[in-house]
Amino acid sequence: MNMPLNVVDEVLQVSNLRVELAGQVEVLAEVYFSLAAGEIVGLVGESGSGKTTLATALLRHARQGARIVGGHVKVAGQSLLELEGEALRLARGGLVGYVAQDPATALNPALRLRTLLGETLLAHQPRLSRQALRQRIGETLVEVGLPADDAFLRCFPHQLSGGQQQRIMLALAFVLRPRLIVLDEPTTALDVTTQAHVLQTLRRLCREHGVAALYVTHDLAVVRELVDRVMVMYAGRLVELAGREALFAKPAHPYTRALLAAIPDVASRQPLQAIAGQAPAPGQRPHGCAFAPRCGRRRAECSVIEPPLLTLDGKHQVACLLPDQEPRHLAGAAVEPVSVPNEAVLLEVLGLDVAYDRQVLFDVSLSVKQGECLALVGESGSGKTSLARAIAGLGENIQGQMRYAGEPLAATARHRAARLRHQIQYVFQNPYRALNPRQTIGQTLSAPLAHFFRVRGGEARRRVEAVLERVSLPARVADLYPHSLSGGERQRVAIARALICEPKLLVCDEITSALDVSVQASILALLQRLQAQGLTVLFVTHDLGVVRAIADRVLVLRQGRMVEQGSAEQVLDRPADAYTQGLLAHAPSLGGIAGGCG
Amino acid sequence: MTDPRWLADPQVRRGAVITLLITLLAAIGPWLAPHAPTAMVGPVYGAPAAGAPLGHDFLGHDLLSRLLNGGLSILWMSVAAATLALLVGASLGLLAGFSRRRLDQAISWAADVSLAFPDLILVLLIVSMLGRAPWLIVLTVAIAFTPGVVRLARGSAVAVAGQEFVEAAQMMGYPRWRILFQEILPNILTPLLVHFGNMLTWAVGMLSGLSFLGYGVAPPAADWGLMINENQAGLLVQPWAVLAPALLIGVFAYGTNILAEGIGRASARVVEKQP
Repeated sequence: MNMPLNVVDEVLQVSNLRVELAGQVEVLAEVYFSLAAGEIVGLVGESGSGKTTLATALLRHARQGARIVGGHVKVAGQSLLELEGEALRLARGGLVGYVAQDPATALNPALRLRTLLGETLLAHQPRLSRQALRQRIGETLVEVGLPADDAFLRCFPHQLSGGQQQRIMLALAFVLRPRLIVLDEPTTALDVTTQAHVLQTLRRLCREHGVAALYVTHDLAVVRELVDRVMVMYAGRLVELAGREALFAKPAHPYTRALLAAIPDVASRQPLQAIAGQAPAPGQRPHGCAFAPRCGRRRAECSVIEPPLLTLDGKHQVACLLPDQEPRHLAGAAVEPVSVPNEAVLLEVLGLDVAYDRQVLFDVSLSVKQGECLALVGESGSGKTSLARAIAGLGENIQGQMRYAGEPLAATARHRAARLRHQIQYVFQNPYRALNPRQTIGQTLSAPLAHFFRVRGGEARRRVEAVLERVSLPARVADLYPHSLSGGERQRVAIARALICEPKLLVCDEITSALDVSVQASILALLQRLQAQGLTVLFVTHDLGVVRAIADRVLVLRQGRMVEQGSAEQVLDRPADAYTQGLLAHAPSLGGIAGGCG
Repeated sequence: MTDPRWLADPQVRRGAVITLLITLLAAIGPWLAPHAPTAMVGPVYGAPAAGAPLGHDFLGHDLLSRLLNGGLSILWMSVAAATLALLVGASLGLLAGFSRRRLDQAISWAADVSLAFPDLILVLLIVSMLGRAPWLIVLTVAIAFTPGVVRLARGSAVAVAGQEFVEAAQMMGYPRWRILFQEILPNILTPLLVHFGNMLTWAVGMLSGLSFLGYGVAPPAADWGLMINENQAGLLVQPWAVLAPALLIGVFAYGTNILAEGIGRASARVVEKQP
């Protein structure tokens, strides 16, 4: 079955691809690019940019309501968009493999691994003998770095770790020996260490088998570690295509530059710059350059002429009338962390144990000083969320002591005094479920006012508008329901709900992990502003770049135990514990001191 | 709690029009009736004729007059029974779904046990023992329906109660009734309303069944269910006496049913539009 390599150097050719929603609303247009065998190309864009639409279009699939209306997709010489029926079925998987975002839901939980892999192979090669089948499965499993023994093959997907599940997804794609593989944010659900290992495996597989890979992600740092070339997508068009080094050293499109400036980097503390405004929704593309309304280099002609994709030098292409030719200055003006003058301890946790059906926290102690930002870092399962919830009064089965401003703090919010309940506020990870969908933003925000301060009517309205202004939202948002807001706007509202309670301590549980980088930058900037106004922040995260951007002190948790604690510079630059060192080594970086290429 | 988005759905509109028409007929019918429902004005099982467009029934009453008079009782009783079941069942279900633990176990256990008992048998049992006063019939039908509402409300409430905005409310220390009725209830209202429509349909069926079996509204009062029972002997001589009330019951049940279903579908679409 092994096809000789390099028969066709260009495995994938896409030209003039166009995808529309009903009513000729353009989602994706004028997409031209090609992929060579063995090459890994990153497709980067924020949510709504059309990157997933492009990825699935390579399998001749469009999500419900969308339609591929034009263009050509050639994979290894075959025109994919003209295939129908049986030929299309065989091309999907056989010619173009696909790895989905969340392996936990993409793998059928009722099938054993042997069945999963076997039925995939048999669907494409029904005449394969049992012997050959077993051999192919075994080979593939070894290739993706999994055991191939019988005991493992009898496992169900839920018995594997997240990293192993994602390796199974890779195996399912590679077992058919496709020429092209499309990966849709395959590592977003994984820890940094696991992610680094999975990416290494992917890279090796693509090189060995000469498979071209399109790696879709919103994470530019991952791209930096993995890919050969990068394509940046904005509002349904490719705006910049460049080799990895060229893109990071000399990004030419203002959007690419803005994206890079918005990403917090673990290597150095830099001021984060959010991108002003919002990306246009499908059908609301402005005239001329779609990025022009948000662009700092905009000129009059930008909103008239739509910039074509032009070659800058070699393989570097950019769609901009005024491409930036300057190299990006790396690690420029590093900002000093806000000094914390006030030394009073606001929150103290002593010997905290939390156990559900198993113990998740073991004897954790910490203290947060007035006005500082303490980052709680750990991988999934480290117990960081349990700790944050315990402090917020949402925990169960808690043993140990908590003290707030010198007084004992009850474990559940119900047993806390009203004063403590409004002074300690919590912001949830998922902005999509943190707001009641049946209440307007105004109702959500004014409820705590009536509850804590007996403020109603005109005064409440004034305070709601004031707090919306503090989180940079217009006052008219008060009359809207959550579903008409974007994720970033919802998270601002959630922060506003906490702020309107006049908190002293704000507990933030991974509040930016569901958001795009440019939105994350604006939320982090907001937090820094609030901290400068005297708010104490406890920030839970797994992203070390975010830690570098905002934290004064860092506490590292591993499997429910504290492994390291200290000032941000100390922990990030001179980690004492081996686990922290490992975390830092695997953290994807945009370049600079820490983080090497996988 | 009407949502204007529902009315955009053609099925919702159709269901609403049918339901409203039958309700209107039953409500103002008594004033339109040419004769008193108990006045014997013609021959037994008299065929349709001038002055009596639908003919006469087993005692020679004017069938049209009895039809116009006989809708109100079955309609108010079914609406009352469904409403009562909704109020009691939703409150219990909300409480169970939010509190979990022991209260939840007690309420869910009670609901499961009574669900296992056939509705009609339960109602027949109570009515045959305690009598056939209209309020008692309403109460027993409501009792038969309540466990279903409890189960539905509890299941929907559990899904909502786990969401972060409910936790946020708990963290603020809002009182429990407030969390139940302002945070959770609005989010489970749609399935409850759909279920209310279904209960209305079932109640009409059950009430007319009760009348048919002789346990419902007492003769000589006019009632659509009772009329089917009274006139069955003359089905071949004067089919209208059975068909007309049966048709009206069927149309009303159809109207409430597609109304409920339409609301369910329309609001599912609205929710889908939200990312």
